[in-house]
Amino acid sequence: MPERNRQSWSPCDDRVVELVDAAGSAPEEHARERGAVREDTCLDVRELSVFYGDKQALRDISLTIPKNRVTAFIGPSGCGKSTLLRCFNRMNDLIDEVLMTGEISLNGENIHDPSVDVAQLRRLVGMVFQRPNPFPKSIYENVAYGLRLQRRMARSEIDDRVEWGLKSAALWDEVSDRLKDSALELSSGQQQRLVIARAIAVEPQVLLLDEPASALDPISTLKIEELIGRLKSDYTIVIVTHNMQQAARVSDYTAFLYLGEMIEHDDTDAIFTNPSEQQTEDYITGRYG
Amino acid sequence: MNPHISGQYDSELESVRLGFMNMGGRVEKQVRTAARAFAAHDVEAAEAVREGEVEINQLERVLDDRCIHIIARRQPTASDLRLLITIMKGCVDLERMGDEAEKIARMAAEISHLPLPADQYADLQQMQESVIRMVADTLDAFARLDLEAARAVIVADAEVDRMFSAIDQSLSQGLYTHADSIKRSLNTIWAARALERIGDHAKNICELTVYLIEGTDVRHMKDSGRGDESLSE
Repeated sequence: MPERNRQSWSPCDDRVVELVDAAGSAPEEHARERGAVREDTCLDVRELSVFYGDKQALRDISLTIPKNRVTAFIGPSGCGKSTLLRCFNRMNDLIDEVLMTGEISLNGENIHDPSVDVAQLRRLVGMVFQRPNPFPKSIYENVAYGLRLQRRMARSEIDDRVEWGLKSAALWDEVSDRLKDSALELSSGQQQRLVIARAIAVEPQVLLLDEPASALDPISTLKIEELIGRLKSDYTIVIVTHNMQQAARVSDYTAFLYLGEMIEHDDTDAIFTNPSEQQTEDYITGRYG
Repeated sequence: MNPHISGQYDSELESVRLGFMNMGGRVEKQVRTAARAFAAHDVEAAEAVREGEVEINQLERVLDDRCIHIIARRQPTASDLRLLITIMKGCVDLERMGDEAEKIARMAAEISHLPLPADQYADLQQMQESVIRMVADTLDAFARLDLEAARAVIVADAEVDRMFSAIDQSLSQGLYTHADSIKRSLNTIWAARALERIGDHAKNICELTVYLIEGTDVRHMKDSGRGDESLSE
């Protein structure tokens, strides 16, 4: 497969790639995931398989999630994209009869190592779900809650970080004069941004977004997408979405999963203009596979 | 290629694909008629080309409109996107080929009262045949998604360029010695120039066809490596 032109590359990047290729160090298993391997790695998945009882949900997945980029997982229902997302903060640990083989590393460290504190892992790898799930507390408390769990903090420090979290989630201007109001009074789009503020207040490295906009109206959806674009400079973002146009709009890399297998992982531009695999082509163009 | 889950989407894409081939067929006919008009000093054929031109311009607008419609409503991706881009850009080339055919017809009409040259336009006729073949092969390559045929046309364009240079050189030199046939010689050079441009447009469509088939950009291969920097973000 010919190497694609990437306009954002400098000539020096090309030289680096030439050197890497000349050294023969590009592993065979990376063949289907061009592009992403050239970036700094945040999450690295090797030969991951997940079983729910007898049913195999993921088959031998290997992929690299680059740092400070948005990676989208797309694929039909039941393809395993949410299962894969949940592996990254070990949410699947909470489900009985789940068996996992393979390895996932965050910044080079195996997240299943016995020394890993799962609570700490979930602080580093925050998650936002399809339905906004604010606590039945005030707007302020929703963001402050996680901070207090983390460690003792002065009131002024908590105030600062609540404000910072709400500003980062592009919600501050809409709620700054009613922080004591119940979070449940917010619109669902605002609630979802509040949940994102809650997740980023504890300063994670990774944000996992599981269909974060599929329960929202188009304007709220665009606000979430805009937010994703702004947050990626500080966080590594992985988003699961049913909305292919959303994946095309917000992500730098896209992985297509089908029946538990990763069919293709590449630059989002490449996936949406000239995918390598026929199955990807059929899915994104809306054809019968 | 598997059909879309939406049959309506399939028929919309098929309609623009057929529309492009229909427009291509008409342009091919225009080029053939214009070539005959010039080679035989046939005024009626020249007039037919000028009438046909209006229809081609209309077809370009209709095709463009349909493509914009599909892009707005369907957000096409991958090969569907490449098909629409190919058609939208390709129909500009087809329309320009039509313009060049009209130019040839105009040159023909201007000299139709003059006698044919002694060589019966032997070199020009050879060039006409090559260009007409390029146009036909271009449309076949698009219709059959034939990569090899598309590449062959791209290569053939260089030969047409050489034919034009030869005609241009030979007739330009003759201008000094054959003062009685200056008008005919000048119009022949213009007609050859128009043919050469038709070849260029056929080549453009073949480059688009390569892009449609395999997603690669084969334009301006000679200057590859330059210019990318200025486009970078």
